[in-house]
Amino acid sequence: MYTARNYVVAASPEEAWELNQKKANAILGGGCWLRLGRRRYDTLIDLSGLSLDEIRLEGDTISLGAMVTLRQVETSPLLRESFGDYFSRCTRHIVGVQFRNCATVGGSVAARFGFSDPVTALLPLGCQVELVKAGRIPLEQYAAMPYDRDVLTHIHIPLPKYGRPVYESVRNTQTDLPVLTCAVAREENGLAAALGGRSGRPSLLRGADRDGLVEQAMKLSYVDNLRAGADYRRHLAKVLLNRACAQLEGGEQL
Amino acid sequence: MKLTLTLNGVRRTDEVAADTTLFSYLRDRGCLSVKCGCETSNCGLCTVWLEGKPVLSCSVPALRAQGKSVTTLEGLQEEAAQFGAYLADEGAEQCGYCSPGFVMNVLSMVRELDNPTDEEIKEYLAGNLCRCTGYQGQLRAIRRYLQEKGGAK
Repeated sequence: MYTARNYVVAASPEEAWELNQKKANAILGGGCWLRLGRRRYDTLIDLSGLSLDEIRLEGDTISLGAMVTLRQVETSPLLRESFGDYFSRCTRHIVGVQFRNCATVGGSVAARFGFSDPVTALLPLGCQVELVKAGRIPLEQYAAMPYDRDVLTHIHIPLPKYGRPVYESVRNTQTDLPVLTCAVAREENGLAAALGGRSGRPSLLRGADRDGLVEQAMKLSYVDNLRAGADYRRHLAKVLLNRACAQLEGGEQL
Repeated sequence: MKLTLTLNGVRRTDEVAADTTLFSYLRDRGCLSVKCGCETSNCGLCTVWLEGKPVLSCSVPALRAQGKSVTTLEGLQEEAAQFGAYLADEGAEQCGYCSPGFVMNVLSMVRELDNPTDEEIKEYLAGNLCRCTGYQGQLRAIRRYLQEKGGAK
C-alpha cells in the first residue's frame, strides 16, 4: 500500500498538471493499481472534481472523460448503440463489478499496461487522447510514447465507419489478467488490429487482409511467464486474429 | 484532512489522513463487517456501496467519499439477514469469511439486474472469491431468494 502526505482534488486541469510536474506526486485514477505498490507520495491528485466521469456524443465522436469507470464503459447505452457488445466484451472479464466501478479508463490508458483490455480495444479504432499540455494526439502515438508528466483528460473515439470492430481475449481463469488480447477493426484501406498481453505495450498492426495481419503478428515478440509460454501466445495470436477477422467478414463464429 | 459523508444513513465528519483507504476508515468507525481479504484488489471481501454502487473499499481513498453516501452491511442488516437465511438453508455459509462482501454484492445485483439468468449471476459475482465452496450452494441460495422475491428467470 502507498503512503501520501497530501490529497488534492484538482480545481482545474491546469492545476492537476502543475501538481503533477513534481515527481513525488501522482494522479489518482481508480486507485486499484496504485494500492499494489509501496511508493511514498507527497501529494495524490484527484481528478474527480473536473466532470471527467461522462461519456458524451460530440458530432461523430464519443468522448470518454478520464474518470469514466470501466463499468460505465461496459454498460454505456451510447457505446452499445454504435459498437454493439464490443466495449462490454473488452471489460466484462476484468476482475469483478466492484473493481470495474473503481478502475478508470483514464488510468488504464495513461498507464498503458501491456495486458490492458481497454488499451487493446481502443487502439485499432483511430482514437485520439486529449492531454492538458500536448492537446489532442492519436492514441497510436500516445501508446508508444515514453511516460511523461502530462495529464490525460479525455479519450475521443470516432464512430465506426466501416462496420463494428471485434474483440477477443483468452484468460486462464475467470477474473485473471488475460493471456492474450486481440481487437480488429476495418479501416478505409484494410484492417487494423491490436494485440496485448504479449510483451511490453499492446501493438497496433495494419494489413490489407487477414493473412497480412497474421503474418505480422507472427513476427512480434511474445513473453514467457507464469500464465503462458511465448509459443502458446504466438499460436493464440493467430487463432484470435482469425476468429476476429472471420466475424468481421460476415458473422462467422470459429 | 476533513471528511464529511453519510455512513449508513448518518451524516458525519471526521479527520482522516491523506492516504487513508475507505476500508480503514470504515473499520475504524466500527463497521467490522468490512474486511480486507487479499491486498490485491481482487477478492471482493471489502465490498461496500459508494453512492449505491459496489466498490472495493480497499482501493478507494476515503477522501474520494467526500460528500457521498457509503453503505456497509451494518446498514442493511434486515435485508442481509433475510438473504443470509437462504445461504444457511443451502449450507453455503461455510466458514463465513467471504460472506459480508458477497452479500453486499448480491444485494447490489438484485437492485441492478432485472430477472438475471444463471450466467448473468455468475458474471456479476465473479469478483467475489469464496475460499471453501464450489459456489453451487451460493447459486442455489440466490436462485431461491430471487424466486421468492419474484425476480429470477
